[in-house]
Amino acid sequence: MQNFQSIYRSDVESDWCPGCGDFGILSAIIQALGELEIPPWKCAIFSGIGCSGKTPHFINTYGIHTLHGRPLPFAIGAKMANPSLTVIAISGDGDGYGIGAGHFVNAGRRNVDITYIVHNNGVYGLTKGQASPTLKRGAQPKSLKYPNLNDMVNPIAIALASGYSFVARGFAYNVKHLKEIIKQAIIHKGLALVDVLQPCPVFNTVDTKEKYMERIKILDGNEFPTNDIKKAFEKALDEENLWIGIFYKNPEKETYEERYSEILSSYPSECPANLKMSDEKGNPTTDISEVLSNFLC
Amino acid sequence: MMIVNWLIGGPQGMGVETSANSFARSCAYAGYWVFGKREYHSNITGEHSYFIVTVSDKPLHSFRDKLDVLATFDERTLRLHINDVKSGGVVIYDAEISLSSLNIKRDDIVFVPIKYNEIIKETAEKFGLGDIKKLQVMRNSICVFASAGILELPAECVEESMKHIFIGKRSKVLEPNKYAGLTAYKYAQSFSHKIEKKLHKREEETKRVILTGTQATALGKLVAGCRFQTYYPITPATDESEFLESIAKKYNMVVIQAEDEIAAITMSIGASLAGARASSSTSGPGFSLMAEALGWSGMNEVPIVIINYQRGGPSTGLPTRHEQGDLKFAIYAGHGEFPRIVLAPGDIQEAFYMVADAFNLAEKYQCPVIVLEDKLLANSVKTINQLDISKVKIERGKILQDSQNGQTLKKFRRFEFSEDGISPRVFLGHEGFIFWNSGDEHDEFGHITEDPENRLRMHEKRMKKLQKIVEETPMEKKIGEFGNPDSKFVVVSWGSTVGVALSALEELKEKGIEFFLLQIKMIHPLDAELVKSKIKGKVKIAVENNYSGQLASHITEKTGEFFDHLILKWTGRPISHDELVSALEKIIKMNYKEKRLVLSYGI
Repeated sequence: MQNFQSIYRSDVESDWCPGCGDFGILSAIIQALGELEIPPWKCAIFSGIGCSGKTPHFINTYGIHTLHGRPLPFAIGAKMANPSLTVIAISGDGDGYGIGAGHFVNAGRRNVDITYIVHNNGVYGLTKGQASPTLKRGAQPKSLKYPNLNDMVNPIAIALASGYSFVARGFAYNVKHLKEIIKQAIIHKGLALVDVLQPCPVFNTVDTKEKYMERIKILDGNEFPTNDIKKAFEKALDEENLWIGIFYKNPEKETYEERYSEILSSYPSECPANLKMSDEKGNPTTDISEVLSNFLC
Repeated sequence: MMIVNWLIGGPQGMGVETSANSFARSCAYAGYWVFGKREYHSNITGEHSYFIVTVSDKPLHSFRDKLDVLATFDERTLRLHINDVKSGGVVIYDAEISLSSLNIKRDDIVFVPIKYNEIIKETAEKFGLGDIKKLQVMRNSICVFASAGILELPAECVEESMKHIFIGKRSKVLEPNKYAGLTAYKYAQSFSHKIEKKLHKREEETKRVILTGTQATALGKLVAGCRFQTYYPITPATDESEFLESIAKKYNMVVIQAEDEIAAITMSIGASLAGARASSSTSGPGFSLMAEALGWSGMNEVPIVIINYQRGGPSTGLPTRHEQGDLKFAIYAGHGEFPRIVLAPGDIQEAFYMVADAFNLAEKYQCPVIVLEDKLLANSVKTINQLDISKVKIERGKILQDSQNGQTLKKFRRFEFSEDGISPRVFLGHEGFIFWNSGDEHDEFGHITEDPENRLRMHEKRMKKLQKIVEETPMEKKIGEFGNPDSKFVVVSWGSTVGVALSALEELKEKGIEFFLLQIKMIHPLDAELVKSKIKGKVKIAVENNYSGQLASHITEKTGEFFDHLILKWTGRPISHDELVSALEKIIKMNYKEKRLVLSYGI
């Protein structure tokens, strides 16, 4: 297997803790980009805030390290302005399912063709270990003063209910499996969620790598039907097993770009980013005479 | 200058706005200049709303309050506005209302009783329309035609205006409305000999258009090459985005209704990074939500244009009312320090050109540009000179055009330290290059660094832009000057208030009272030396629609010059011509001693 580190791994040293699940996710992303042969400059990676937010700095693509909870709308804006870009959003579970929950759900309504990778570790690592939306009630990792009072959300179920047309989960320590999922997510036409179980060895002393490995079960791509949303929900709501793999995939659902191409005359071949707006002398080439004709007096 | 001042009112949902637009257009087609001011409640049906259309043979800078024609079709409007009708004026009212029961006794006014219910019934029969109750909305057309009748405004002008208003599904009821209207027209015309004022057709040489502030702003964006607009519905900004949606197809304009204002501004920033000219329009509450992302765009030197149509604040405030309360917030929104530009157009025409130029400023200096408009500007309808596209230029600043050799990947110094502080920009997807952005402090490549040496230089690189903007911007983009520059008195204003200050200037000049009027267009960064040179040594009077005199305070902060008087209004109604004339007379001629002069006219 070809090593793509030399192309896609940037020269910035990562400052993640030794043993962090983020390393596995980083490898999987780089490997996926390489195997898909995506030129670095054609790809833009948008991140949120936190340990996962640093990820774009370690990858040789356009990297936009945005605000807490907001990588999705930044990514959506860029993609709608220039649909020829390969756009990936990356964030933590606080970004995605807490402060960014509004954007998370509403992105599903639009189904813009981007990939959203969520580092799901149950804590806010960079601020030293507070409970995140995916920490179970009663759990008490080392930073908590008392056991967690909040129930955890179910990201897979929320994504399915919000309209994501590709919903999957991976595990940071099964890099090969994760890489395949990320590849499929990028290839998928539409909004793809890859929720990644990512042990935080320093702060999440409850959901450890070993605990995950005991519970994780892989959805067999040959046996499990990915075109059945009810079955996808069943697996998502399964309390006994922690499923990883592709829960649901619908390549037929119209993307936001396709919906806009229906109402605009020549989008996306003419998109906001590639518009010729003036001549060589800087005179605007937009003609509003027809619009103004309704207002002449 | 001849003026006919007309008011129509009624419950919301009964077509008051539609009819006022119709009347305004009719007068425009007859060759007159109009200024229309709309007042409405935060309500869908039932509450009182009214629309003043001031008509003149000369261009108008402001509406007027005292009425020549009060056009009503309900009782409440009659009650609320009767005292504003001038001697010699006209009141159009529902014949079924007993004036004496309302204690209305004005023998200096002509009363024109219109039998609305009868006309509607007759029209319904003639056209085979069923539900009389639903047809009550025809009252507003009848009222407009009646107004035209008594003023002898040609009926064809009204019919022409209705063609623009009764479009789409409404076109089915154009003929019944015309029929009912013409019935009232003929009847009202029989009263015309009783009044002096007339609106006969006149020749107007100037080529004009009739637009609202939101329409002019939208067109400015379009001409500037903006093809990405985001918004969240909020009064009074929504109209702009809906107008863009209505014409989006031909221009391939992507207009996205975001899930909140945070999504709106962040989507715009993402689009700008990709190379689009991107914008978002909102009002105070939405702008508050945008503060964090504004900081991100300032930190990462990303051009965006945000329009804040100010309304009564704070918080939900007066959602449908006028105020200029966000000046300081616009200058300081967002924690920390970063460069941004704050502009304020003085009227609808200026809004078109200033908004178009805002994109040039945003890209030239690679920072956010906030254009402060307001409810009056947004909702007013005005005849203005035909838009001159040749006056609009497109300048995109330092954009690296040439393509790298696609074979070798090269890290691009997006934040390269340069002589003038502005680094060349490439868009996402530019072949051969990659760069990073981060809200964290960063190096030239955009990678995170906490190194104090880098921080010292990078922060200054950004902040230095403000001085550069002041140095490079021509004077006419920073200020507007009117009246007598040698006068001992200087009136300073901004935004749509400049309009009423101008109309007061004109009237007072006729009375022999002169002053210098200074409009601040580029509020931030303020050219302190320039402004100081214009106001130093004079009696300084600020006129603003807010409580604290924010522009005055801002000028004091930057120049050290204190204001002698503040003429302020915060009732949610725009400053009126008559009350401002009075206030200025008090100060200039009658030795008014107090610092604050508070205005409150109008409902």
